[in-house]
Amino acid sequence: MTNLIVEISRYLIILLIAIYTYYNFRFFSMKNEEDRNYACSRQLVCMFMLHFLANLLIVLNTKSEELILFYGMQVLFFVCYLSLSKFFYKKISRLLLNNICMLLGTGFIILTRLNPERAMRQFLIVVVSAVVTWIIPFIIDRVWQLVKLAWLYGILGVLILAFVCIAGNTSFGAQLSLTVGGISVQPSEFVKISFVFFAAARLYRSTKFKDVAITTVIAALHVVILVLSRDLGSALIFFITYLFMLFVATSNWLYLGAGVMSGSAAAAAAYNLFSHVRRRVEAWRDPWADIDDKGYQVTQGLFAMGTGGWFGLGLYQGMPQKIPVVDKDFVFAAISEELGVIYALCLLFICVGCFMQFMIIAVKMQAMFYKLIAFGLGIMYITQVFLTVGGVVKFIPSTGVTLPFVSYGGSSVLATFVLFNVIQGLYILKRTEEEEYEEG
Amino acid sequence: MKKAKPNPKANRNILLITYLIVGLFIGMSVYLGYFIQVQSEDVINNPYNSARLNSFEERVVRGKILSDDGSILAETIISENGTETRNYPQGDLFSHVVGYSSMGKTGIESLANYYLLSSHINPFTKAMDQLADKKSDGDTVVTTLDKTMQSIAYEALGDRKGAVIAMEPGTGKVLAMVSKPTFDPNLIDEQWEDLVNGDQTEARLLNRATQGLYPPGSTFKIITALQYMREHPGMYNDYRFGCDGIYEFQRFTIQCYHKTAHGEQDFEAAFANSCNGAFSSLGQELDLTGLKHLSEQLLFNCEQPISIPYSKSMYVMEDGAKEWEIAQTVIGQGSTLMTPMHNLMLTSAIANGGMLMQPYLIERVENINGEIVKQFMPAQYGELMTATEAKGLQILLERVVTDGTGSALRTEAYSVAGKTGSAEFEKGKETHAWFVGYAPAENPEIAVCVIVEEGGSGGKAAAPIARQMFDAYLLH
Repeated sequence: MTNLIVEISRYLIILLIAIYTYYNFRFFSMKNEEDRNYACSRQLVCMFMLHFLANLLIVLNTKSEELILFYGMQVLFFVCYLSLSKFFYKKISRLLLNNICMLLGTGFIILTRLNPERAMRQFLIVVVSAVVTWIIPFIIDRVWQLVKLAWLYGILGVLILAFVCIAGNTSFGAQLSLTVGGISVQPSEFVKISFVFFAAARLYRSTKFKDVAITTVIAALHVVILVLSRDLGSALIFFITYLFMLFVATSNWLYLGAGVMSGSAAAAAAYNLFSHVRRRVEAWRDPWADIDDKGYQVTQGLFAMGTGGWFGLGLYQGMPQKIPVVDKDFVFAAISEELGVIYALCLLFICVGCFMQFMIIAVKMQAMFYKLIAFGLGIMYITQVFLTVGGVVKFIPSTGVTLPFVSYGGSSVLATFVLFNVIQGLYILKRTEEEEYEEG
Repeated sequence: MKKAKPNPKANRNILLITYLIVGLFIGMSVYLGYFIQVQSEDVINNPYNSARLNSFEERVVRGKILSDDGSILAETIISENGTETRNYPQGDLFSHVVGYSSMGKTGIESLANYYLLSSHINPFTKAMDQLADKKSDGDTVVTTLDKTMQSIAYEALGDRKGAVIAMEPGTGKVLAMVSKPTFDPNLIDEQWEDLVNGDQTEARLLNRATQGLYPPGSTFKIITALQYMREHPGMYNDYRFGCDGIYEFQRFTIQCYHKTAHGEQDFEAAFANSCNGAFSSLGQELDLTGLKHLSEQLLFNCEQPISIPYSKSMYVMEDGAKEWEIAQTVIGQGSTLMTPMHNLMLTSAIANGGMLMQPYLIERVENINGEIVKQFMPAQYGELMTATEAKGLQILLERVVTDGTGSALRTEAYSVAGKTGSAEFEKGKETHAWFVGYAPAENPEIAVCVIVEEGGSGGKAAAPIARQMFDAYLLH
């Protein structure tokens, strides 16, 4: 009997996330507020059913009472988070709120399956992050002085990165984290946000060549320090984000062209200078040539996704633990293997849906400062998604970055909450503006 | 905060970048979809993924392997208490090619691992099986192997070490693959220790057909002849050589087999009689870079289209080699080494007008009820030589049988083309006996490669085995 439940829920879970994803995009073509609310409610039904089925499978497989309790706490969290957010912020984007829950829910499911202890740690961090970042939309909505702090963001970012570069702990050949009171923190996650604020504030002030040059120097300093810390994934994300922000702020194709060229030159230089960059590129070109060493992670990821196929092997039926760093960089492979490639693709397009929502907000914002923040954070977010998933599916060389809200990692969760809540703040700001306009 | 004017340019650029990125994600999804739909089956059937595939055994009973006429070559038997044993009803007849699956996996057991552990029964039965907590029946793999041909090769080789392989040159279907000495796959677990650590000269686990590296001996003259033909298009038959059994040049001597004096030889006669003197002499004139290039075109020093484990053949002679090395290499002595399967592929390509068909062992995959799940089709590997060159070689190979060393294959019933070889490998030991060939010469249906270790002359030890194979296949 258990087997049948396992089999049926496997397909039901895929159906549910497919419906969820459908509404995510259907939403964009809906003009009517009522329709939109209806779509969002449907999404939540799908989300909670999917979450229930997956946890049913988890409990059936582990026979762990502790995990029943864990499931209950997750549901409680989602219910509180959704209803309190809507209660305090009447104009909050429900679509983004749902997506946050869907991504977190998937993260909890796959982390519980991989390592329940880590999943519970992750849950704790999520709860704390949700609480402390709750105030952010309020600040964004009221405090317009944020635009005046450009130098604070810039200098703070550079100092933090420099400190980590010198004093940081090494993991996988890169200086990424600091240990503060027993907790490992990855400051570059937070600098991502201050960096976008810095660039937005500076580029809003002036797009004269001299000012652009100064801004670019500070931005380049961020990137260079990251390269020196050997955190090339983050360096790439910062670089791309700044380049696109500069382009949108100035509408100058020359800047974009120069940026792309210097970026390519830097990539070629990195390939020749750093052996770990060459390793990654070789592992991408032909992982089968050195399957024991360089190509091991990539090929294990491909085996996992290939064996799982479109519909997945079902939770606990695969061997995702065979993939190195599966709960962080390669979480996408674990999801594909057990929940199916269809599920994984839906998840990917939920991320794309978030990004599109960010871009719509960016387009609607009138003030260049806000426009650039929404745009910059959106690019930062989607670049990270692209680098991690692209690396797993062998579309691009693997860069060792995580999937926001899904991968294990405290700093990443907190920083992503900040990012989404800044966007929510802008969304609320815009809707308030629109309503005032209509009333006036 | 002061309100800037809406910025249409910025918005246009934001939308542009958005489309670009969404397009990139669609591209990436298509890439992943292509991988799953088209490539993944080949990718995941990899020994490095065996742990995952083996976990399928918890839900699927490993499927059967059949010969092309439906004889069971391997099956899983479930005893009353539920333990599964892999049974090989044919004993050691198919030992290397079918392989074993308990101490690691080899042969077709490894090649078809994914199919054997996949179940394509109808969804209802599958659901019922799952409801009853019962394993589903794995798919059946039907091979291209012909049990009669395999038995004849097995019997003909007898107690001698060596290998016999047969395939259809026009399709690449492998009909038989025997390697001796054999092992009994039913007893692999019990005998493992002895097979791995026992008498190393036996090397019973080695599939000599695809992994045994031998000096090609006179079968290499096919390649030397082709190079000579390339360098003397249309006029290679003008070549003349007077053979008195021992060819002396500078301070070296090259002997013909048993010092037989072949007398006045033209190109075709020298090939047919396998005259070492003539070939060593014409070899001195050859463009050595061209010969190396040709060898590599003919799959030396590179990966070969063989789906089970194999050894790469080796050809080392470079431009500037000394006379002695040249004299040795062009008659297949020297340091050149090749596998019987490689030699068979070259022969098949010649028989098939230059086009090598990819050799294959799996004919189709069926579910337990005999419905076809996947059918394998002949596939071209590539043109190893031009049709004209193949035609030229065909004439040479026919002369070997009609006028030369292949007399054991002379028959009224059909015509054969082939080449014998007697490869020296160690002073004081008998030569390895080679034969490669195909029949009927005018319309080839089967190509055969035989090697008998320390069997003596190719014409006497190897050719008669090929004769039995041709008889069985063509006169049946």
